[in-house]
Amino acid sequence: MLKINNLKASIEGNKILTGINLDVKPGEVHAIMGPNGSGKSTLSSVIAGREEYEVEDGTIDFDGESIMDLSPEERAHKGIFLSFQYPIEIPGVSVSNFLKTSLNESRKAQGLEPMPAGDLLKMMREKMELLEIKKGFLSRSLNQGFSGGEKKRNEIFQMAMLEPKLAILDETDSGLDIDALRIVANGVNKLKSKDNATVLITHYQRLLDYIVPDFVHVLYNGRIVKSGTKDLAHELEEKGYDWIIKEAEQL
Amino acid sequence: MNLKDKLIQAFQETESTLSFQKERKDSMRRLEEFGFPTVKDEEWKYTNLLPIIKNEYALSASESLISKNLLDEYILTETETNVIAFVNGQFSQELSNIDTEKITLCPLSLAEKTHSTVVQNYWGKALPEHPDSLVALNTALSKEGVFVHVPKNTVAERPIQIVYFTTNISSDLFLQTRNLVVVEENAQVQITERHQNIDQKEVFTNSVTEIFAQDNSLIDFYKIQNDKRNCSLIDNTWVKQGKNCTCTVDTFSFGGKFIRNNLSFLLEGQYSESNMRGITLIGVNQLVDHHTLVDHAVANCQSNEMYKGIFDDNAKGVFNGKVMVRPDSQKTNAFQSNNNLLLTDSASIDTKPQLEIYADDVACSHGCTVGQLDDDALFYLRSRGIPFKEAQAMLMYAFANDVLSNVKIPELKQKLNRIIAEKLGVQIDIEV
Repeated sequence: MLKINNLKASIEGNKILTGINLDVKPGEVHAIMGPNGSGKSTLSSVIAGREEYEVEDGTIDFDGESIMDLSPEERAHKGIFLSFQYPIEIPGVSVSNFLKTSLNESRKAQGLEPMPAGDLLKMMREKMELLEIKKGFLSRSLNQGFSGGEKKRNEIFQMAMLEPKLAILDETDSGLDIDALRIVANGVNKLKSKDNATVLITHYQRLLDYIVPDFVHVLYNGRIVKSGTKDLAHELEEKGYDWIIKEAEQL
Repeated sequence: MNLKDKLIQAFQETESTLSFQKERKDSMRRLEEFGFPTVKDEEWKYTNLLPIIKNEYALSASESLISKNLLDEYILTETETNVIAFVNGQFSQELSNIDTEKITLCPLSLAEKTHSTVVQNYWGKALPEHPDSLVALNTALSKEGVFVHVPKNTVAERPIQIVYFTTNISSDLFLQTRNLVVVEENAQVQITERHQNIDQKEVFTNSVTEIFAQDNSLIDFYKIQNDKRNCSLIDNTWVKQGKNCTCTVDTFSFGGKFIRNNLSFLLEGQYSESNMRGITLIGVNQLVDHHTLVDHAVANCQSNEMYKGIFDDNAKGVFNGKVMVRPDSQKTNAFQSNNNLLLTDSASIDTKPQLEIYADDVACSHGCTVGQLDDDALFYLRSRGIPFKEAQAMLMYAFANDVLSNVKIPELKQKLNRIIAEKLGVQIDIEV
């Protein structure tokens, strides 16, 4: 589904990604871990099409086609979703209007009519239940005055509504208390299917107790320096990143 | 003949037929002496009136009419309102719809006869002793406008809509419109005002509105400035407030090529509140200048000021917010903010807060920002599938929302939303 080959990217002359290779297939959950500054968030932004980054080399294919020349919205229309580490507050735009616009723009791109208001509301209610979101939520301004937990829950709520093929969750666990983490993880797990894939970007192993990955990759200095199964995450939790950094630097 | 000489001549020709002869004569002398302001005047430093006044204008136009359907495009139609309309400077009975027993709403020329005492007592009384040339010019030459009188203990149930149309004019036209609004003790009223040219010819309007807010009154005044691109407007509004009253003037500037708003509040009674807010959304070859003044002449009053500007292409904005707190005006709260988005490198804004505080126990703040749309926010919206243009529009709505959310007439809020969407070239409904 997602195939990244030798991806190199920089911002304002600083090389951040120095040769990423990643292959994500339908039904899989991948975790990308790594110390601060290793390039985790850059990788997610580059996949989602953030234009401030300059891709210097390599390819990103999605469903067998290059997405390198696509705008962020076109990538979204193809089914790529990025959950933000720091969701943006947008006063004056309600959650429901935002979702309506977002969903219908994707439908438009696929040649579909806008979703009838009744169906949309029904769908919103179902997904809200899944994420244990209270009723008044829809009419609030997007992320404005939301607690850290509410913001992350709202991200997963959007993901549930947009039903992406590939969801990239950037530090979704940061700022969450244990109850919120359980709700968010539960939501992500319920949305998993054999046809979609999830990439978890995380600093800590904690999230991986709730969303169990098929593969774990360690990012360091803009490259994946080690890949393994979920056991690798446990090893990192116990021993920290230093041993991997040493191993990587010896190469 | 230049415009000034033409105006002097017109005054001499009609002088004997006008009311308030002494005031008018004195005012005309001010124009004669000082002329039109130039960029050398501090108050006009960033706004050059010269290109507007060097044009040739007629000073009046013959009677004309527009259709009811056309009228409906420019007014609120779903809300029950009183409508007072003028065409080419003359009151239009056909277009107006005035059904009111409790309040008086009529052309000012009529009120001079039917409400002569009120007019005598208030006309010109909210203006400063030494007004600038444009206010003086209006005082000297204005013949028509709106008279609103809301008597003591009366709530005007329907909003009042004031519309000044111009159409079928044979040459470019320079108009002086004059409104007098008197809201007595414990009275309430909502008013909207717009100037709308239908013609291909240019129209330049120099308008003066005096608003008297007496003790315990409540006034909301909305100015919708979305005229054709060949129009210029100088809108002078002077508000005088008594005790414990609240007056709000909101200004929405989208159209026209040249707009100068001079909005002044004089707080003369304690525990009163003045609110002024504005949204400016303009583009190619447009200029909007907001000059505000709040004079806290007594203690214990509050003023709130919030202006938002979005400038595209080579649009030019000017903001000058003066707050005066007199020596005995303790416990004054005065807040001012002016936030601006510049969408291009050639758009510009000159913004200047001007606080003069002579009392020591006050809370005053001001802040102005000039920026671009936030890249992080744009990327966030686009990553959700919202195209660039729509994402930009959403953020601009969000930016302007604090002002829009304060509009108290729901249909007006919808209409403003539609105008904004149209200006931004998007079809999204964003209203919360």
